[in-house]
Amino acid sequence: MSERQHHIRIEARQGLQRLNLREFWRYRDLLYFMVLRDITVIYKQTIMGFAWAIINPVFSMLVFSVVFGKLAGVASDGIPYPIFSYAALVPWTYFSNTLNAAGSSLVNNTSIFTKVYFPRLIIPLTPVLSKLADFAISFAVLALLMIYYRFLPGWNILFLPVLMLIMLLTVAGLGMFLSAMAIQYRDVKFAITFVTPLLMYAAPVVFPSSLILEKFGSSAYHWYGLYPMAGVIEGFRAAIVPGKAMPWELIGMGSLSAIFLFIFGLWYFKKMERHFADVA
Amino acid sequence: MSNIAIKVENLSKAYRIGQKESRADTLGGALASWVRAPFQNFKKLRNLSQINANSNDTDIFWALRDINFEVKHGEVLGIIGKNGAGKSTLLKILSQITEPTTGHIDIHGRVASLLEVGTGFNPELTGRENIYLNGTILGMTRREIDRKFDEIVDFSGVEKFIDTPVKRYSSGMKVRLAFAVAANLDPEILIIDEVLAVGDAEFQKKCLGKMQDLSGKEGRTVLFVSHDMSAVQRLCSKSFLLQNGIILIQDTTEKVISFYLDPNHNIISFVPEDSLIGLLKVEIINPQFKIVKSIDVQSRVGINIFYRINNDQKTSYTLGINIYDESGSHLFTSHDVEFARKNISFKRGDYSCVVWIPENLLAEGVFRVSVAGMSYNPYIVHFHVLDATSFFIVDMLDGTSARGNYSGKMPGQIRPLLKWEHQIN
Repeated sequence: MSERQHHIRIEARQGLQRLNLREFWRYRDLLYFMVLRDITVIYKQTIMGFAWAIINPVFSMLVFSVVFGKLAGVASDGIPYPIFSYAALVPWTYFSNTLNAAGSSLVNNTSIFTKVYFPRLIIPLTPVLSKLADFAISFAVLALLMIYYRFLPGWNILFLPVLMLIMLLTVAGLGMFLSAMAIQYRDVKFAITFVTPLLMYAAPVVFPSSLILEKFGSSAYHWYGLYPMAGVIEGFRAAIVPGKAMPWELIGMGSLSAIFLFIFGLWYFKKMERHFADVA
Repeated sequence: MSNIAIKVENLSKAYRIGQKESRADTLGGALASWVRAPFQNFKKLRNLSQINANSNDTDIFWALRDINFEVKHGEVLGIIGKNGAGKSTLLKILSQITEPTTGHIDIHGRVASLLEVGTGFNPELTGRENIYLNGTILGMTRREIDRKFDEIVDFSGVEKFIDTPVKRYSSGMKVRLAFAVAANLDPEILIIDEVLAVGDAEFQKKCLGKMQDLSGKEGRTVLFVSHDMSAVQRLCSKSFLLQNGIILIQDTTEKVISFYLDPNHNIISFVPEDSLIGLLKVEIINPQFKIVKSIDVQSRVGINIFYRINNDQKTSYTLGINIYDESGSHLFTSHDVEFARKNISFKRGDYSCVVWIPENLLAEGVFRVSVAGMSYNPYIVHFHVLDATSFFIVDMLDGTSARGNYSGKMPGQIRPLLKWEHQIN
């Protein structure tokens, strides 16, 4: 038996649960194996396997290139439309897939967390990490496209980790918030599937954000930056297209709201955590 | 260092149960309630997470009320109770899965709780991958699992299939693998919920042995919940009985079990108002019509069913019983077919009926009785009360039973006295 005895007290706590980082660290191996499980299992018993990670954004790119690039003639800041849309679809596909998975993560793992105690935060954070595998694969295709268009990336590509951090904070914050809400209100599941396509058209995926500046003016463009994915997507384009300036205004506003979303999501999750097993 | 491993004080837990839906009886009312529905749903769902301990809401259900007990280090405490008594709720609070509404628990030592074996097992993953996933869910680190991996695989006996997806396993293999992971946890305090109710007899014996090792030789503290009386008796020196969320008795296991099986304590009443027939109580009687708890293997067992007829409609009905052994295996069922055939129907009132199980049929042990009331044509079950009562069969070993003079272990749930005929050829 250990010298210093482990002691826990179980009682009804009021309000916010303390964020126990030491405990979370103790369970890091669980997070690792949950992520590994997600990555291993997702394409089991499929013919295409990990190719599915590419098929989704590539086909969207083809459709968008024809519909918006050719037929509608949407401006693309002078970038060839396929790479213009694919550079946006890489972070967007990650964002929407992760949002869906994280939002329903608690509901889908009810059988686990109502039987065993472990830091529940692991559950919504698992898809945030595991979907990075798909992200990496679709990113590799982006590299192939760059070779095809003979785009040599500039120094801007060094900012990719910053953009990814904004993306991760946003999706983790929303994921924690939505998963905690979905366990009590199952409406959330339906709302997510209905809202994510709309959110795509709000993000500069099929059009450049310069269009916002042009049509709605500079103050609208300024506030548009509060949508974190706007800065992330335009940033991705700037990172891979030579000579394109980083949209710092969008990124600055976006990182503010990403931090806010992360803190809010964490707060809401910790506030609701003690009821999860009861309302599940 | 204090000698107390677990101290539970004034523990209560309230749940919110579903509110009654109101029904509109006019078209306008239906329309209005349809418009109102989202708001009412919202209120209802929001209330799920808001329980005020002092409120007198009618839809609040107290799963546990004012529970107090202590477990010392190295002690093995059993918890006995019927379904719905609050055992699972208590274990969930002890395992930090849900919070108590009032009161508190102090736990000194590292806890592992097994409310289920194989939590988080993924059918697509191999045995090896599932050992790591399940192990970390139960609170082990990767290094700990690495160290114990061989021991786990050895204990499970599925070495050959360790790299096969678990979905190809038989259910027995799955349970064995899952239990092997759990058995190799290294906690100071172990909380176990009826996980032994699965697996074949040999494996159960192995698990019980492992648990005895944990508690006896290694001085672990164990909290054990089970329906399996003989397992509780074997493992736990002390236990308590939970019923309707309160501790009814807390004593040596033997006393608690006999209190649990006492037919006088098992007075149930189940009379649904809108039903034709309801159950008042069930008693076990011996051939002399005396209420008893244990009966000799060589005398018949009477199950005295008291029931109530709720209306004057001349609908025919009949009664039925099911007999289960201690582990819950269904041994046989019986309906009063003669009564049903004659189409007898009684007026409103209270009646009783005895059904006799013949002597020299059931083996020694604990048997449980469920009682049902039903009508044929159309077939309606008006009530079916599980665990309505239970009784013990004993063999006095006077040499005239099917045992003869043999006093060792005799397997089997039934033990008829058969006739053996010898011939000289």
